[in-house]
Amino acid sequence: MEYIIIIISAIFVNNIVFAQFLGICPFLGVSNKLSTSVGMGGAVVFVMTLATIVTYLIYQFILIPLGIGFLQTISYILVIAALVQMVEIILKKVSPSMYQALGIFLPLITTNCAVLGVAILVIQKNLNLLESVVFAVANAVGFTLALVVFAGIREHMELMGVPKGMRGIPIALVVAGLLSLAFMGFAGLV
Amino acid sequence: MNQMQNFTKGFIKNNPVFALLLGMCPTLGVTTSAINGLGMGLATTFVLVAANVVISLIKNIIPDKVRIPAFIVVIASFVTIVDLVMAGYAPALHEQLGLFIPLIVVNCIVLGRAEAFASKNGVFSSFIDGFGMGLGFAFALTLLGGIREILGSGAIFGFKFIPGDAILVFVLAPGAFIALGYLIALINKLRSA
Repeated sequence: MEYIIIIISAIFVNNIVFAQFLGICPFLGVSNKLSTSVGMGGAVVFVMTLATIVTYLIYQFILIPLGIGFLQTISYILVIAALVQMVEIILKKVSPSMYQALGIFLPLITTNCAVLGVAILVIQKNLNLLESVVFAVANAVGFTLALVVFAGIREHMELMGVPKGMRGIPIALVVAGLLSLAFMGFAGLV
Repeated sequence: MNQMQNFTKGFIKNNPVFALLLGMCPTLGVTTSAINGLGMGLATTFVLVAANVVISLIKNIIPDKVRIPAFIVVIASFVTIVDLVMAGYAPALHEQLGLFIPLIVVNCIVLGRAEAFASKNGVFSSFIDGFGMGLGFAFALTLLGGIREILGSGAIFGFKFIPGDAILVFVLAPGAFIALGYLIALINKLRSA
């Protein structure tokens, strides 16, 4: 039951994009096409889950015993950067087809604040390892959901007569605002 | 380019938020009030200036292949300093900005200036560049925070001038997207005119 609450809360109620404002750059950057946004979503699910597990273990078994919790930010960002590199190299060798699909998105993920954000949130919320994994997967799914819904709308919007000044980013932000308003409707769920 | 142009380019022409569209997460996330926007802007300015100066000093020692990780370590160190200082001296603001303080590390503006400017220019120019860009970012955040605070709670810098309720949605999440969307549209319009 606990896990179901974590999942629903992370995907709908506190959606990482629409309620917490994490990962806005890739959200605005790669949401022009439905196919690329699915690819980006897949890459984020993969990296976010892996990064959360690794950073959680590092925090609990290295930083805390040594009393150097203040190095959290530095160690996390280095671990995430190294992890993304490693995933890229391994994927290239092991599964070229998956690398083809996710490859170009992987370097972008290092600077995706959603990954670092979730890794830090897990510590702030005092979750245990299993809860952290569930939380990370649910947040990544929430990110993918937001990205895919948004890309679908943007594809349609290309056919609309948007006023000149509003074209591009401004109208995209207003659409995101309306979507965020819609997601607020889930607030009573949990 | 003279130093004055170098300083002012971050305000309007290359404003990190309105023109370059960098650092969107903190821009949307912390601007529920003008003071939060200003606090976040100044924290980012400090990191930007310090990281630019240090990186331009050590740019010749860092091997080219590992420059990005090296930059990230420098930036992360200054972010940790800001985080700890703020938690000690301004705990209320630290509480409000929360997660977005450690996330300055992944703010594209900081790494962007390090890579595009500080790694190629002298110490003084890098200092001016970081300072100008940082103030431009702080200006954008304060402006957006001010607009959202006026519309959403009828106040500015905590001073309430409209009694009763205002348009609450502007201090909630959707208001951030909508206010920034119209603000960028307005600025595009002003710039093209």
